[in-house]
Amino acid sequence: MTATLPEVEDRGRANTARPRPPRRHRLSNLDAKVSPYLFVAPFFVLFGAIGLFPLLYTAYVSLFDWEVGDDEPAFIGLENFRTLVADDQFWNALFNTFSIFLLSSAPQVVVAVVIAALLNANLRARTGWRMGVLLPYVASLVALTIIFGNLFGPQYGLVNDVLGLVGIEPIDWQASTFGSHVAIASMVNWRWTGYNALIILAAMQAIPRDVYEAAVVDGASALRQFFSITLPMLKPTLIFVIVTSTIGGLQIFTEPKLFEPAGGSGGGTEHQYQTVVLYLYQSAFQGLDLGYASAIAWVLFLIVIAVAGLNFLITRRAVR
Amino acid sequence: MRHRRVSVLICAAVSAVVMTACGSGGSGQSADGKTELTIATFNEFGYEELFKEYEAAHPDIKITQRKTGQGQPHHQNLFTKLGAGSGLADIEGVEEGYLSQVMAKSGQFNDLNEIGPKIEDGRWLDWKTQAITTKDGKLIGYGTDIGPLAMCYRKDLFEQAGLPSDPEGVKTLFATWDSYFAAGDQFIAKVPGVAWFDSAAQVYNAMHNQLETGYYDTSDKLVVDTNPDIKKNWDTVAAAVSKGQSARLVAFSPEWNTGFKLGKFATKTCPSWMLGVVESQAGAENAGKWAVTDAFPNGGGNWGGSYLTVPKQSKNAQKAAELAAWLTQPEQQIKAFKAKGTFPSQVKALDAPELLEQTNAYFGDVKAGELFATQAKKIKAAQYKGPADGQIQETVFSPALQSIEQGKNAEEAWTAAVDGAKKAAK
Repeated sequence: MTATLPEVEDRGRANTARPRPPRRHRLSNLDAKVSPYLFVAPFFVLFGAIGLFPLLYTAYVSLFDWEVGDDEPAFIGLENFRTLVADDQFWNALFNTFSIFLLSSAPQVVVAVVIAALLNANLRARTGWRMGVLLPYVASLVALTIIFGNLFGPQYGLVNDVLGLVGIEPIDWQASTFGSHVAIASMVNWRWTGYNALIILAAMQAIPRDVYEAAVVDGASALRQFFSITLPMLKPTLIFVIVTSTIGGLQIFTEPKLFEPAGGSGGGTEHQYQTVVLYLYQSAFQGLDLGYASAIAWVLFLIVIAVAGLNFLITRRAVR
Repeated sequence: MRHRRVSVLICAAVSAVVMTACGSGGSGQSADGKTELTIATFNEFGYEELFKEYEAAHPDIKITQRKTGQGQPHHQNLFTKLGAGSGLADIEGVEEGYLSQVMAKSGQFNDLNEIGPKIEDGRWLDWKTQAITTKDGKLIGYGTDIGPLAMCYRKDLFEQAGLPSDPEGVKTLFATWDSYFAAGDQFIAKVPGVAWFDSAAQVYNAMHNQLETGYYDTSDKLVVDTNPDIKKNWDTVAAAVSKGQSARLVAFSPEWNTGFKLGKFATKTCPSWMLGVVESQAGAENAGKWAVTDAFPNGGGNWGGSYLTVPKQSKNAQKAAELAAWLTQPEQQIKAFKAKGTFPSQVKALDAPELLEQTNAYFGDVKAGELFATQAKKIKAAQYKGPADGQIQETVFSPALQSIEQGKNAEEAWTAAVDGAKKAAK
């Protein structure tokens, strides 16, 4: 089909020989063509150096049996990935990661929407409340984790003392898988709920007032307004919040790392709360097995993309 | 035309930033023609004054210290830069806990017998030198300090349990591990709510290090499941845990500190540096309750202490070795001991009056220096450590013992430990 295109569409470029433009024109042509690339180059150079290159190099390293200090690492193809698939500790870490992610992100988004709705109401000292919910986010993550680690201490922790007051048996937050996940998820929620609430609040305030006014005229209750107007119009923001908390949640590291009382990277005596990134860290910097750690990193990368994409689709469909 | 020039400038600036990140270290010559020696240490080696002394005696040498607060990041840096092939200091400190990993890469360190100055025979305790000598006889480090083990115990709680509590009387309790655990049974029966020791791993590791063969045999074969002594120790400690002798605290965790404050355990395996830890954790309210004695079940043991090594990366290896040899002379190590309390590994230093006269007020004015010197001489030999030895102890056996304290079946925990050790050794 392309061969039969009429001559006119070519705008006469192909057949007529063009005279060489004078030198000055050529320079300005070059300027027009090259300068834009130079303008965008800083981003791409930086991204290439500190974003793309490590990503690709990690993929390259993952094909080797590469120990720290090896002079000539042996190429083993996909062997690391094969080991990984058969590695119970990896699947356990993946389970822990998802468990902690669900225990943190799911309640977090719901609570954040509720808090945002409350903050959006006519409150006294509104700015004070809004700044208040952001405070946990400002606090140092490490300090926060250490304090929570103390609160959830199995023997002398405050949480168990309080549970004892209401007659609940003390829980060994270090030994129990579910208990440790709850403890870690509570750190994540403490830190991120307020932050997400503020983002959602900003989106809420962008919803035009006249839509609500029309709903009031039609006799819609406050609850009805919330579900039929507020939530649907928050959709783009909710997608953003859910996707970012997915990415953050699946890469969780600091909380489980510092929750370990003696500062190891095993994530509990039997890896009860070892997450994928913590396992990656342990493989790379304790086992000194860079090839294997790189394989974990890549698998995690793919999982994060897949789950974030899935969440994107679900959120887009669910909140119409 | 103008905008083009600007963009070129930006590009140049960016590439300059990227390039400087790849810049390499100096050549080892400082601007004034002196030889610059770098030495990387962690915690407190107590060498600051000694450097000045050495520089004064050697005008052609300039010493730069790279000090890291904690051992863990120091050694991580060491292994990363060994891997990278550059960036290490001329002298690198190595802690005993990381020794097995360093020995596995001994080819990247200089043989000090070869490049170092002639050193008098018997400067160090035999086991200290033995531990850093490779199988083919290369000496890759000079010993600095050690951590000989003694037993710390709560006098008041011993009295409460009707056990002897004076330093001489308790020695029979601490004669062997059997007598130690038997005394533990007696103790927990009399004093409810208080355990005999703090943590299973703390006791087990001390027992393990006394074995002739540890996790590896000398041909680097993992013998975790074939060495009957390991299982025997495991069963002994597991039995003590099941009887309630352990306070089930993870060493150096916040709860462990609380355990000291509340007096939740009666004995503690005590290397020389632990006295300071006990004092700061138990605090003033427990003053006069802790005591230490020069006895340790089955003889002695060591926990901690360091070496000075000279990596092959060093451009001034010979001069670095001379400095390291000088720093580890008994005279110098005694000065470090006085400055920062690092317990010397040199035979002559153990008899120095400065050391023998040292007392510890918190532990009832006990002659701590003399006591630990006695303990240091009780150690017979250094156990051979295979490549993943430190990792097996820290990340496999200690957590597995904690899992027993958390209520896991001892046999299941043993199976998990053996599997974990095999994986770590892979």
